[in-house]
Amino acid sequence: MGKGSGQREVKPGDSLRAGIEGAPIEPGDRMSPGIQFEEPLIFERSRTGRRGFVLGQGDWDVDDVDPAAELGGGLFRDEPAELPEVSEPEVVRHFTRLSQWNYSIDAGFYPLGSCTMKYNPKINEATARMAGFAQLHPYMPDQWCQGALELLWRLERILCEVAGLPACSLQPAAGAQGELAGLMCIRAYHQSRGDTQRTRIIVPDSAHGTNPASAAFNGFSVVEVASNADGTLDPAAVEAVMDETVAGLMITNPNTLGIFEKEIEAICEVVHRGGGKVYMDGANMNAILGKARPGDFGIDVMHFNVHKTFSTPHGGGGPGGGPICVSDDLEPFLPVPRIERSEGEDGPVYRRDFDGHPQSVGKVKAFWGNFLVYVRAYTYLREYGSDLPGISERAVLNANYMRARLSDTYNVAYPGRCMHEVVFDDSSFRDFGVSTMDVAKRLIDFGFHPPTIYFPLNVDGALMVEPTETESLRAIDEFVEAMETIHAEAEHSPQLLEAAPQNAFRNRLDETTAARRPILTYRQLREER
Amino acid sequence: MDIPENYRFSDDHEWTDDQGDGTVVVGISHHAQDALGDIVFVELHGEEGVLEQGDDFGVVESVKTVSDLFAPVSGEVVAFNEALEDEPELVNEDPYDRGWIVKIKMSDPSQLEELMDAEEYEAFLTEGA
Repeated sequence: MGKGSGQREVKPGDSLRAGIEGAPIEPGDRMSPGIQFEEPLIFERSRTGRRGFVLGQGDWDVDDVDPAAELGGGLFRDEPAELPEVSEPEVVRHFTRLSQWNYSIDAGFYPLGSCTMKYNPKINEATARMAGFAQLHPYMPDQWCQGALELLWRLERILCEVAGLPACSLQPAAGAQGELAGLMCIRAYHQSRGDTQRTRIIVPDSAHGTNPASAAFNGFSVVEVASNADGTLDPAAVEAVMDETVAGLMITNPNTLGIFEKEIEAICEVVHRGGGKVYMDGANMNAILGKARPGDFGIDVMHFNVHKTFSTPHGGGGPGGGPICVSDDLEPFLPVPRIERSEGEDGPVYRRDFDGHPQSVGKVKAFWGNFLVYVRAYTYLREYGSDLPGISERAVLNANYMRARLSDTYNVAYPGRCMHEVVFDDSSFRDFGVSTMDVAKRLIDFGFHPPTIYFPLNVDGALMVEPTETESLRAIDEFVEAMETIHAEAEHSPQLLEAAPQNAFRNRLDETTAARRPILTYRQLREER
Repeated sequence: MDIPENYRFSDDHEWTDDQGDGTVVVGISHHAQDALGDIVFVELHGEEGVLEQGDDFGVVESVKTVSDLFAPVSGEVVAFNEALEDEPELVNEDPYDRGWIVKIKMSDPSQLEELMDAEEYEAFLTEGA
């Protein structure tokens, strides 16, 4: 089993020193190697004939069925699949141990820039588990799920209010699908006017990484526009490429440098004058809730990432939610079904409307969107109520506090006040022979999830930190101190960074070989061995 | 690493080695592979094709990022370094020789004159740093 199968002889600080005598380390009380368990693949735990449970046999009051005869030859395997054969406790331990290797916002600070890894309040889970929501079946008729439809309708109204746009669809399953659905609406809008020559989408280099991919996936060609020396987009740069072949612009605001696009109104004006529409990636909405409404500054269509901004499960804990809000021009093209509200004899009645929108781009997601994710988002929004702007104020304050404290040691890529996240480059430590990757890996030794690195692409060795509003001053100070310590180490003992992480379940992984010669299946692994 | 004296370089850190028969061999510079980090994948957009100078014709993927390849001269792609399919690390290990990427049959050899020579490229790198 190797390392960590029982107790480990590791004292706090030993692992930080990485075996280098005289390393200038004062181990803090944060170090907690703890008990760590190795765990093989579940296939490797398998023993022939072992079972979790066995259905009672021989006392059924139904007739035996021959599956081969019932299913036909094509659907019935001659040989049983080689599935792992394990007992129930082995299954439970397997997955519990894997979960213990994981890192989550419930375990600690998670400053992954551009991802808004805020704490997810547990009340979200409580409402999502209410039987009236959790046990709904998607095929239930509308009259049996009025409460669920009302929740979706109310959530749409709140999102429209925050967006400053009149109509909403909750169907897209996450941000990238919101981009897809929004661009489909833009294309359908142009086509409905007989304008079929608009085949291009403008995307600034400070946009979110998925934007050009979504445009290309939608059959558009991408025109990239460089941002200026301040890290923002100039209306003139958009003007230079805007013509009658441009369907629209995709912009992320605040952009991926954590800077608000101050010229956004003028930029939208240029695109509108040229006959195009403006899509806004709402990934960074956490910075401007109740402060600036995209519809008010000229946006025609946008998505929210409810898993970022409104505290629903995120990443591997998904699924996500990427609702889109649109202007009146684009409203007829929203996906169906739409949630309709009308006045009945006993109050409002809600229904799913499939047929009342003949220009709709159609359905983009099986069933009705990730419903329980929206129960969580709605709960969160109702919990905050009118204090929504306070979320953004605290998120921006935390990021600026961190920027101000760290700018003594690290170089801020675009100086000046930031929004909810701050981007550093590698110029303050590159000359020590240390890379951004090394700094990120070393943070693991101090008990922090590394920030986003090497993104955005227009910053050399980018290190992008987003503390969110849910971290305390103490948590942020601890992170700053770890970053300062690491900077001093980079100067005086760069080997410490190159060897990091030492205080982790796995040391530095060989990402290059993993990318060059990936082993993705158990069968492949067996062959390699 | 020394910059090969007879090569010519583009602003996008690509080199060309004039074969003297109307073709050039093209790769990325030592500086480019160093900035990208470990290369894990090199791919052309199409099997073959006619390129205009500045067209993006493929991608180089590293552990950090994906970067476009831009044609340093106009012409037709007549060969791709198939060794890179199994050994993309050649671009890191030997960027100016075994790590070559494509061979282009030039449609306008005078474009080579527009590219930087080794001395100019070295100055270009110093300015940029």
